[in-house]
Amino acid sequence: MGKKILLEHINVPGINTLEVYRKMGGYESVRKAVNEMTPDAIVEEVKKSGLRGRGGAGFPTGMKWSFLDKSTDKPRYLVCNADESEPGTFKDRYLMQRIPHALIEGMITSSYALGARTSYIYVRGEMMPVIRILEKAIKEAYAAGLLGKNILGSSYSLDLYVQPGGGAYICGEETALLESLEGKRGNPRNKPPFPAVWGLYGCPTVVNNVETIADIPWIVNHGGDAYAAIGVGKSTGTKLISACGNINKPGVYEIELGITVEDFIYSDEYCGGIANGRELKAVVAGGSSVPILPKNLILTTANNEKRLMTYESLSDGGFATGTMLGSGGFIVFDEQQCIVRNLWNFSRFYHHESCGQCSPCREGTGWMEKVLHRIEYGHGKMEDIDLLVSIAKNIEGKTICPLGEAAAWPVASAIRHFRAEFEAHVQNPDSCCKKHLHRELVHSH
Amino acid sequence: MNIEYIKEKRKGEIADIISRYPADRKKSALLPLLHIAQEENGWLPVDAMDEVADILDIKPIEVYEVASFYTMFHLKPIGKYVLEVCRTGPCCNVGAEELIHYLEDKLGVAVGETTADGLFTIKPVECLAACGTGPVLQIGPEYHYHENLTREKLDQLIDELRRAN
Ligand SMILES: Cc1cc2nc3c(=O)[nH]c(=O)nc-3n(C[C@H](O)[C@H](O)[C@H](O)COP(=O)(O)O)c2cc1C
Ligand code: SF4
Ligand code: FES
Repeated sequence: MGKKILLEHINVPGINTLEVYRKMGGYESVRKAVNEMTPDAIVEEVKKSGLRGRGGAGFPTGMKWSFLDKSTDKPRYLVCNADESEPGTFKDRYLMQRIPHALIEGMITSSYALGARTSYIYVRGEMMPVIRILEKAIKEAYAAGLLGKNILGSSYSLDLYVQPGGGAYICGEETALLESLEGKRGNPRNKPPFPAVWGLYGCPTVVNNVETIADIPWIVNHGGDAYAAIGVGKSTGTKLISACGNINKPGVYEIELGITVEDFIYSDEYCGGIANGRELKAVVAGGSSVPILPKNLILTTANNEKRLMTYESLSDGGFATGTMLGSGGFIVFDEQQCIVRNLWNFSRFYHHESCGQCSPCREGTGWMEKVLHRIEYGHGKMEDIDLLVSIAKNIEGKTICPLGEAAAWPVASAIRHFRAEFEAHVQNPDSCCKKHLHRELVHSH
Repeated sequence: MNIEYIKEKRKGEIADIISRYPADRKKSALLPLLHIAQEENGWLPVDAMDEVADILDIKPIEVYEVASFYTMFHLKPIGKYVLEVCRTGPCCNVGAEELIHYLEDKLGVAVGETTADGLFTIKPVECLAACGTGPVLQIGPEYHYHENLTREKLDQLIDELRRAN
């Protein structure tokens, strides 16, 4: 069994309550922080830990925190990104639902480190049940003197609120999230300025993922060096991986960064192998936005080394032969899954979710969906395959926010690794997806 | 048409929500208030949105443009129970698509449509962060998750909702 930081007590009965959570050592980091540590000392520990943002981009958290503009006397904000909407990703919801206090403790300790007096947890609106759980837990924390005025008798005060979204994947992008929190449409902002300088209400703001924030208490309690000792290289600590698709044991797993992909897929501790005795065909390792890899390349790198569950190993080979750890949304496809159909579904998703501000994304995602639809439904032409590649290329790097890339990468990688499957759809549409041809899945808009 | 106004009915709650933001940033309460207005009406009639604009001292257009951006808000009358089924890839790979078709056949309406008795609308939605326990469905205003859906579970759920009416 690997080291557990977040899920160690997940099965303790009543761990969702303050009483049991505290009995298991919960909120120790708040006591330690407000009584024994300066905010800067905490930022130093987080830097030492090597923790990287768990929302998808993997940016070093300590560095992000140190960018926070302290030169103004405007208020500073910490905003937690609990918008979790990336297809394949369901770790944050799991954590908040099962151990809400882990996030709240992290929010208090992190807010103290950043000098925030008001913080928000932005939860996607569809997760109303989670919002109710968090609000109940926050109430308990206020009653226990862990939130509000003079936390645990110290001079530090903090108010913490939960904000519901309204249903929009794009609000997971941090500047769209801030717009949404200001009561506007979720249109991503042009950057710079970055939120560290111009964030919520034009004030210095840090936006962090749920899991990132939930990791902070352990780092404060045990020190950054202890955290950095877990994992390999620049992939320190543990990571929640939400595994789904054609495996025997879908679920959320906390892994030490550095185990092999093979072990993760086949061992009984994790996914337990491919379901129904079938063969592995492909994996999308980090949420729907990252490149898909076929069996051989997800298990071993192009240099024939075992692929590891780390930021570096998963991206080894660049996009030619590698992918990304992303959000940890691990989607497994067995031999019977159709790559074309899955790609069409994802393209439909990105088209639906584009905010429409920039034309390469707005037009490009719609065009890719349309072309994929005709290939999937038996009306494709051979030229369509290269057309898709070129549309994808024309989106990349030309948009305000990375949703454009998130839509382009899956298309480029699926054709790179599974071109024959696209050709087969064009040449002989009845061969693969015949069962789908007579009845379409619900249309986009 | 009867509009349920929220200003008095949910007064305490609204005041509490507005107190969460700086005094000059009341507009931040927009999404929470839209959820409340929709909870009361089942959807968002223009008059209900205008009331929200009034409560927050913003222009009605600022409310309409937001309400129409987010997928959870219904700008037209809709069934009493909106069956929101995830149609994104991972759920489809474990049978969501077949279940959506089953639901269409069972209720005799296509997705996006409402049954003649006004009870049910089928609304496809995107990934609900429950991909490990798909297929999955939600029904507002509580938005409980119904996970690992099967035809039997759907039958039972529909029966229960019908019986409650
Ligand atoms: C289209 C899009 C959707 C995103 N969705 C999420 C999300 O649901 N949750 C999240 O934490 N980060 C999401 N991100 C990443 C955020 O922009 C941001 O990098 C992250 O919240 C930073 O937190 P971290 O440094 O702790 O990872 C998304 C980014 C993009 C471009
Ligand atoms: S890339 Fe797409 S989602 Fe992002 S700002 Fe442009 S149009 Fe909106
Ligand atoms: S794909 Fe249906 S919940 Fe994620």
